[in-house]
Amino acid sequence: MISVSNVNLTFETNDGPVNALRDVSLEVNEGDFVSFIGPSGCGKTTLLRVIAALETPTEGKVTVNNMIPDDARKAREYGYVFQAAGLYPWRTVSGNIKLPLEIMGYSASEKEDRTRKVIDLVELNGFEKKFPWQLSGGMQQRASIARALAFDANILLMDEPFGALDEIVRDRLNGELLNLWGRTGKTICFVTHSIPEAVFLSTKIVVMSPRPGRITDIIESPLPNNRDLDIRDSQEFIKIAQRVREGLKAGQTEDVF
Amino acid sequence: MNIFLLLFFIIWLGGWWINVRISNSQNVQLPRFIVPSLFGIVVLLMWELAVIGLQINPILLPAPSAIALKFSRSLDILWIDFVQTLVKGALSGYILGCSAAFLTAIAIDKFNFLKRGLLPLGNFISALPIVGMAPIFVMWFGFDWQSKCAIVVVMVYFPMLVNSVQGLELVDPSRQDLMRTYSASYTQTLIKLRLPSAMPFIFNGLKICSTLALIGAIVAEFFGSPIKGMGFRISSEVGRFALDMVWAEIFVAAVAGCLFYGLIALTEKRITFWHPSQQN
Ligand SMILES: Nc1ncnc2c1ncn2[C@@H]1O[C@H](COP(=O)(O)OP(=O)(O)O)[C@@H](O)[C@H]1O
Ligand SMILES: [Mg+2]
Repeated sequence: MISVSNVNLTFETNDGPVNALRDVSLEVNEGDFVSFIGPSGCGKTTLLRVIAALETPTEGKVTVNNMIPDDARKAREYGYVFQAAGLYPWRTVSGNIKLPLEIMGYSASEKEDRTRKVIDLVELNGFEKKFPWQLSGGMQQRASIARALAFDANILLMDEPFGALDEIVRDRLNGELLNLWGRTGKTICFVTHSIPEAVFLSTKIVVMSPRPGRITDIIESPLPNNRDLDIRDSQEFIKIAQRVREGLKAGQTEDVF
Repeated sequence: MNIFLLLFFIIWLGGWWINVRISNSQNVQLPRFIVPSLFGIVVLLMWELAVIGLQINPILLPAPSAIALKFSRSLDILWIDFVQTLVKGALSGYILGCSAAFLTAIAIDKFNFLKRGLLPLGNFISALPIVGMAPIFVMWFGFDWQSKCAIVVVMVYFPMLVNSVQGLELVDPSRQDLMRTYSASYTQTLIKLRLPSAMPFIFNGLKICSTLALIGAIVAEFFGSPIKGMGFRISSEVGRFALDMVWAEIFVAAVAGCLFYGLIALTEKRITFWHPSQQN
């Protein structure tokens, strides 16, 4: 599905080169829910952007659905949810959801059908005609997720979609996202810096460290695919969370030397 | 102290008092319209009384009533001048100059190398002094409105260009990335993202240029014109010491300028309703 092997990426900046990704390798299988976790500046966004062909690696090989990322982008193989919801303020919620459908040339009736379907999916019924700035942050993110689901991409790339939300809203949206993942069977790559969020959502957790950005641990989660919020009190959950924490710590101590 | 000056002070203090009362009142809707109109009326009354009371020479400052009288008696001439200067000269030049600048901005946006050539050129053109260009344009395009139109084009081109280019440049990068993830074409991105998000800048340019066009068209007539037009009338009536007519023309220019500006601002409010500056 997604394969990243030995990717290096260096940004040339005015203050000299920044090694955003060093020797990153990773396999994502169909139907996986993969979380990328690490402190800010560890290259999570950059890795997601490399997969989306928004950034080109300096070295290494990436394939998405057996294509080079740029071909996958042109074939519209993925939907991307940005950190800031990035809705267009001059369009209503349904106008925003129709945006990719307009660009991809769907027929008028198809546009209506799909918009209605994803609005149901993210539970935004009744807010179709509202403008983004009339919605709460949580609702904006739902609209942004709906927009990424409206067309038939089987990969969903999400960059800290719930990072700016309070914990109560975030818990609810996490539950809804899992539910949505179960129903649609999409492959999801999800960036976060919250340990409980990563453990709760993922089938695979990728732990990353900064300077240079690299992967310190990849954890296959033993948790069942069907989970609810109570699972966070289980023994297994706590054990995985500990392992994530250790991975993060390991990345820090290396930093000292 | 004569009676007119006494009235002058009474109205001054009275108007002041009423405006303070209204401003301090709890009603928020009312003052928005009342305060400025009341202020206008008080100023006009004070002007009238001061001119009569101090027996000011009408060449220096005619009374508002004298201007109003002249205005109502010269409607036909004022209309001819208005059409000649503001419709034929200013409006045509405004539309021509602003559209040319807008199209240039799109070309600059598409072919970035143009920026290095066209922006300095635009800058240079706008730095040309209008008093030098006007006589030359009269030689090139004749005495009639065409030369005024050309002056206005030169005056509005650069401000409009700079604003449009800036608007197209300052598109939010993540919104732009979104279009890339859809693998949208250049035209789709332009129409669905860049033009809408440039609108606040474009309207800013249109508003600035509306004032410039008005000034340009009137001043350009000082350097040669047929025997009609607001600029021509102002310079010839000043020569005859008929200042009431000059003031009547100024009044027409001010009202037309405000209405035009208001029209643009209203359109802006409807089109860029989503922009934070339009939400209160
Ligand atoms: N376009 C860019 N130009 C230069 N440096 C960048 C750019 N994007 C990211 N970086 C740098 O690369 C590193 C990783 O950034 P990023 O992927 O955004 O981290 P994260 O998403 O994990 O917080 C940071 O040090 C950041 O400053
Ligand atoms: Mg990031």
